[in-house]
Amino acid sequence: MSEATEHLDHAHSHHHPSGIKRWLYTTNHKDIGTLYLWFAFIMFLTGGAMAMVIRAELFQPGLQIVEPNFFNQMTTVHGLIMVFGAVMPAFTGLANWLVPMMIGAPDMALPRMNNWSFWILPFAFLILLSSLFLEGGGPAFGWTFYAPLSTQYSADSTALFVFSVHIMGASSIMGAINVIVTIFNMRAPGMTWMKLPLFVWTWLITAFLLIAVMPVLAGAVTMVLTDKFFGTSFFNAAGGGDPVMFQHIFWFFGHPEVYIMILPAFGIISQIVPTFSRKKLFGYASMVYATASIALLSFIVWAHHMFTTGMPLVGEMFFMFATMLISVPTGVKVFNWVATMWRGSLSFEVPMLFAIAFIVLFTIGGLSGLMLAITPVDFQYHDTYFVVAHFHYVLVTGAVFSIMAAVYYWLPKWTGHMFDVTLAKWHFWCSLISVNVLFFPMHFVGLAGMPRRIPDYALQFADFNKWISIGGFAFGLSQLIFLAVLIKACRKQGVPVDDRVWEGAEGLEWQELPSPAPYHSFETPPVIK
Amino acid sequence: MAAANNALVAKLVCIVLGMFGFGFALVPLYDVFCDLTGINGKTNREAAVYRTQDVDSNRTVRVEFITRVNAGMSWQFEPVSPSVTVHPGELTRVEFKVHNPQAEGVWGQAVPSVSPGTAALYLNKTECFCFEQQHLLAGESLTMPMQFYVDPQLPEDIHFLTLQYTLYKVAGDTAATNLERRF
Repeated sequence: MSEATEHLDHAHSHHHPSGIKRWLYTTNHKDIGTLYLWFAFIMFLTGGAMAMVIRAELFQPGLQIVEPNFFNQMTTVHGLIMVFGAVMPAFTGLANWLVPMMIGAPDMALPRMNNWSFWILPFAFLILLSSLFLEGGGPAFGWTFYAPLSTQYSADSTALFVFSVHIMGASSIMGAINVIVTIFNMRAPGMTWMKLPLFVWTWLITAFLLIAVMPVLAGAVTMVLTDKFFGTSFFNAAGGGDPVMFQHIFWFFGHPEVYIMILPAFGIISQIVPTFSRKKLFGYASMVYATASIALLSFIVWAHHMFTTGMPLVGEMFFMFATMLISVPTGVKVFNWVATMWRGSLSFEVPMLFAIAFIVLFTIGGLSGLMLAITPVDFQYHDTYFVVAHFHYVLVTGAVFSIMAAVYYWLPKWTGHMFDVTLAKWHFWCSLISVNVLFFPMHFVGLAGMPRRIPDYALQFADFNKWISIGGFAFGLSQLIFLAVLIKACRKQGVPVDDRVWEGAEGLEWQELPSPAPYHSFETPPVIK
Repeated sequence: MAAANNALVAKLVCIVLGMFGFGFALVPLYDVFCDLTGINGKTNREAAVYRTQDVDSNRTVRVEFITRVNAGMSWQFEPVSPSVTVHPGELTRVEFKVHNPQAEGVWGQAVPSVSPGTAALYLNKTECFCFEQQHLLAGESLTMPMQFYVDPQLPEDIHFLTLQYTLYKVAGDTAATNLERRF
């Protein structure tokens, strides 16, 4: 290992590419983490702009602003960008920055592959976005690309969609392999498994989920490609295939995928809550086992997305109970966070505000998920705005809020300066209020029967939709405050911070490294107490 | 360290390749699973052999027929009688009428599906037009026979079955026609 680090040092001390080449050629985990995070943020704004188009069209009933086909492209590409372009790369960026610093490693295990896994990503999204400008438009079949919508009723640009998903998948798989190898082989001496910070644990488990299901997604898009262009009949009943099988294959990927987007969030919250409660995390071991059991259960619940496809009763019962079982380990986590705060010396810095909002709002999303798991009522909720409300509570106030919490928590460690706290608090409160105006009424219109993915709606939903759209615009604008905080932070205009930054912070990155963290950290492994 | 990394990367790449293969393996696995459990409503694809059976004359089962023509297919397709009432174990013959109103010959293939899906295993066809493709000349009409029996083992709670046929247009060479349609 020392040979490898010496070689790296050698390369860096004698040849420092500058300008764009520094970022193109970089193999440094901090540089790549930064690239991932900025890319994710740009994609977050891009996907957000599409959400604004959707909400503008839905501001009042009737068709005003966009054609229905373009509306469908917006819902599809919004979903794809937010899942594969914003949330997943943001978590990978955080892993790149934090995993080596948290386990006392000098860098990621496979730095050159790390560079690759980032730099193919912008091309994937260029391909996807460019398809919107082609004749017939981009993908308009929903991010779930159900056959036969994607195989028989789609535009020719479907080929571009397929290739971009292939590239995104390759990027995620390389990132996941890198995380696993780093955690297995590069922990500092004495950093035993049950001493790993929870963010590292949750990312390790997420990485295993990624390498298990991203290849299945690659297979599914390949089958769509050959069905559409090369005359195969995987999903075409006329040729002996089965369109319902598409849903089975897709959700075999899709359900673990939703845990890929939430397990690292659990890790982040488990780092932040103890710091600002000034207590050790309650139930560390149970957190690890709960994460692992959520990951295992995620493989046997996929058909709860398909209750209305005409499954036999036994199947519906199995998937209903298996899904409900997941609320047990998830409940363990929520109770552990609350127990960590119980009788702690709480203080409410910005990361803690986001973390507490996460706990409350993610739990609301979890509860609506439990409602959706109940087969007989799912027949009413299926494909309505209730589902939209559910997954936005777990993904926006869940995953996205945890990413914001993480950025505010570690930003001073990255830059060496405190961010603009006043502006950050404005960002928090504006986001918190607007996100609830945006997503909470969706529960009501969903229960009343408003279907999702349709550009027009019945008159009785008009008032609620107006509020939802106003909440949406406000939430979108609030993220510009975040952009301002980030730009100011990168210009290092704030007060310099000490090494530990936050009073109660524990862990190698706070206690063993200066702020800002040096370009090369832990060239000699730290001593683990 | 480098050796340890390579060994672990090799294992992880194997998992990735294995799972890519598993995605495709799900296709036959899905069919096998559905054949064994009969939950997909798919009936037997080859003629079943009827042996003289105990006809359960105390029990009657109504079998309804639904026909549908897939998008892009112009044939008229309907059952001669919309339903029959049979005793389990009794061999029954029904007929379906097709007509090709087009000015050219077309190949067609009917694909059956039984509801409730769990009953599919008990509806056995000894003769069916759905076992092979049909060709109708321009303006031609045809009466197609289908012969079946319901297995006396059919669960007690099932009193009627629906057998649906969807008629698909068959292209001589599917790939070539797809390209033709597209360009």
